[in-house]
Amino acid sequence: MSDNKFKRRSFLKGSAALGAGVVAPTIFTRTASAYTNEPGDSRVVLGFNVPQSGPYADEGADELRAYKLAVKHLNGEGDGGMLNTFSSKTLNGTGILGRKVDYVTGDTQTKSDAARASARAMIEKDGAIMITGGSSSGVAIAVQSLCQEAGVIFMAGLTHSNDTTGKDKKANGFRHFFNAYMSAAALAPVLGKEYGTDRKAYHLTADYTWGWTQEQSMIAFTEELGWETVDTVRTPLSATDFSSYIAPVLNSGADVLILNHYGSNMVNSLTNAVQFGLRDKIVNGKQFEIVVPLYSRLMARGAGDAVKGIFGSTNWHWTLQDPGSQAFVKSFGKEYGHPPSQAAHTCYVQTLLYADAAQRAGSFNPCAIAEALEGFKFDGLGNGPTLYRAADHQCFKDVLVVRGKEKPESEFDLLEVFNVTPVDKVMYEPDNPMFAGGSLGKCNPGT
Amino acid sequence: MLKTTDNKDRLMMIAFTVAVLAAPVILAPFGAGYPDLMQRFAIYGIFAIGFNLLFGLTGYLSFGHAAFLGVGSYAAVWMLKLLSVNVIPAIIFAVVISGLFALLIGYVSLRRSGIYFSILTLAFAQMSYNLAYSVLTPITNGETGLQMDLDDPRILDAATAPGQLPPPSLFGLEMGDTHYLSFMGLDLQLNVGFYVCAAILILMFYISLRIFRSPFGMLLRAIKSNQTRLNYTGVHTRPYALVVFVISGMYAGLAGALLVCMDPLAGPERMQWTASGEVVLMTIMGGAGTLIGPVLGACIIKYFENIFSRVNDAVVSNWFSGLPDSLGDFFSAIVSPFLGSGWQMSLGLIFMLVIIFLPGGLMEGVTRLIGWLGRLFRSRNNDEDAETTSAKESSPDPHSSRPASPKES
Repeated sequence: MSDNKFKRRSFLKGSAALGAGVVAPTIFTRTASAYTNEPGDSRVVLGFNVPQSGPYADEGADELRAYKLAVKHLNGEGDGGMLNTFSSKTLNGTGILGRKVDYVTGDTQTKSDAARASARAMIEKDGAIMITGGSSSGVAIAVQSLCQEAGVIFMAGLTHSNDTTGKDKKANGFRHFFNAYMSAAALAPVLGKEYGTDRKAYHLTADYTWGWTQEQSMIAFTEELGWETVDTVRTPLSATDFSSYIAPVLNSGADVLILNHYGSNMVNSLTNAVQFGLRDKIVNGKQFEIVVPLYSRLMARGAGDAVKGIFGSTNWHWTLQDPGSQAFVKSFGKEYGHPPSQAAHTCYVQTLLYADAAQRAGSFNPCAIAEALEGFKFDGLGNGPTLYRAADHQCFKDVLVVRGKEKPESEFDLLEVFNVTPVDKVMYEPDNPMFAGGSLGKCNPGT
Repeated sequence: MLKTTDNKDRLMMIAFTVAVLAAPVILAPFGAGYPDLMQRFAIYGIFAIGFNLLFGLTGYLSFGHAAFLGVGSYAAVWMLKLLSVNVIPAIIFAVVISGLFALLIGYVSLRRSGIYFSILTLAFAQMSYNLAYSVLTPITNGETGLQMDLDDPRILDAATAPGQLPPPSLFGLEMGDTHYLSFMGLDLQLNVGFYVCAAILILMFYISLRIFRSPFGMLLRAIKSNQTRLNYTGVHTRPYALVVFVISGMYAGLAGALLVCMDPLAGPERMQWTASGEVVLMTIMGGAGTLIGPVLGACIIKYFENIFSRVNDAVVSNWFSGLPDSLGDFFSAIVSPFLGSGWQMSLGLIFMLVIIFLPGGLMEGVTRLIGWLGRLFRSRNNDEDAETTSAKESSPDPHSSRPASPKES
């Protein structure tokens, strides 16, 4: 046996030496390009990382449609959509910097781990130069920090948490979508006017970064009105039945229920709440009301009749009459046979903004693109004049307050724009306490 | 007899080492030769090897092993945040913490066996998941996941470039560093992180092999075949089961730590029951109780998750673009539900086929194939020359030397 042991040991030594020998060459070499995934002369690859399963799958599907449409328009196919109304005229349908735009897709599964694996595959395997997408702020924040480490640009899709451009902001990450603070700032005055200033609110909140900041913002702005917050309850993102959370609301003495839910969470919790007859109740001598701070048409369709008369806010709505929105709705409708959602809109716009920034910078280098986007003012993309603020990479634009239509004319005509809150009403300083704590850091071009 | 087993083991060990180290070459033609996926293969291989030590040897089916993976992940991120971006302290700390956690859970769960043990471990894992998800948010950062931050203390290496997050490294070797190489028309990506994982995988495989062959392993197998009889003969089995449970938990913690070292983020979904089920699937698909099976199973499941899920409609229609339009549409209509977001469906189908036709897992398939080839050779050679048969049969094929089932090994 001792003889055997000796051989075993020498074998171990041998394999260790072999291992070290294989590892050794990687120590001394690095790639020669100036930044991660520097594209060749003929094509450039964008990575569309969206949820194709999980509670935000509907939004993800619509985002993917918008991305494909944007790629078509950038490559000069179709009617050009918002390229024709965009205030910056550098994009001419010949791709980006003369390179044809190609794309890869991935499923985030609405999970941070899966989303990062998918994004890493896009960067390492497919050579994606920019990652975009995400329909959950948790995922967006996770992927944003991955892109920062890998040295590619992240153009956030639908992410509404304050943290994305607040405490978790990154130099390589950019967000066009509005955020929880803006929703609350736009919604609170309307709620005060419609429901009075002595209400008692009960919050049901999706238990992750978006829910937390949405709840925090709503509490801050409604308490400023004079409302009282009775209770706040966190619900898991994966929950599908909210009846056990709704029942205690009736006994709490609250007369407003604020649902900090999105996607199928909101569809289910709102449906449950309406089934429990909350909206027919009179509490404290007042009609019981439900508020959904972040609304989307896809959710309104899922919830059906339950959304009638319910207030919320949205980044964009397809019934807007400006030429940019109209051009986008027209070409999206022609392609897919239905109007786009706000998720589709923000993803389409982000792709165009990236392409335009690359065109203006004359390079795909993430640092050059970041410089081109910082402080960029533009118009014609459906939200009126918009600013990409350099301090936190957040877009500032008007916010829409919407209400569920009482008499919808079609299955897409479910929301009406109640009020357009001008941008200066939702503006905040970068060091606002709800956004403080993080720093952008330096842009990272990789290698 | 002992001598031949040793020789076979040595052969298997060499073959395994070579295969793992040459993974970038082997995997590149399958589109899997990029660092992230290769790292995942190695890491989940370690996870499955550890799970197989418990399930394959003692037959105790733990449905909560992902909890240890998650605990290891969180422990490792905290080390990276507080101490240093060097991966060594992170790995050691994660293994120790997950070992202690396994001791705690194992001590309680191992008082029962069979389905009750499975349910207990599942309950503990779901409990840990919920703790990580909402209760312990200050430690775990909830659903968003725990990440490194610019203003982390990092006591041992505070002096880093301002405004940039230092990546995890091994004494200055960054895990993300990749060397690109052209080899026989293939673009190879030799990645530091992968070779760190690979070296650890080989070491862990070797430890697992020694445990399989040791008297301790023999006793664990006795627990599987008849625990009551062991008890009657005066052997107190629980300490043995607890030891292997803790070892298995430490393997999982190590895998969790490596996941974090390759990509510094730990999310609670790592501990969810689906993640626990995944490792059971890996082990059973590859072959429970075999040495190589779990690694093979891990590779297949991760391959499906990462490659099949990314095939979209455009790619599918591209495959059939050579065919006439109607025929191409027909084929893509059949194939596409199983690709892209339908990858779990095709994985499920394959899993069912394996369980029905190869109850011993894919390794049973390999053994059967080799046996069949051997018989084919024998019958052919019998006609020509009966003498050479024995020589062919004992050809040094690495797979044939691998035991097919726990009974044989």
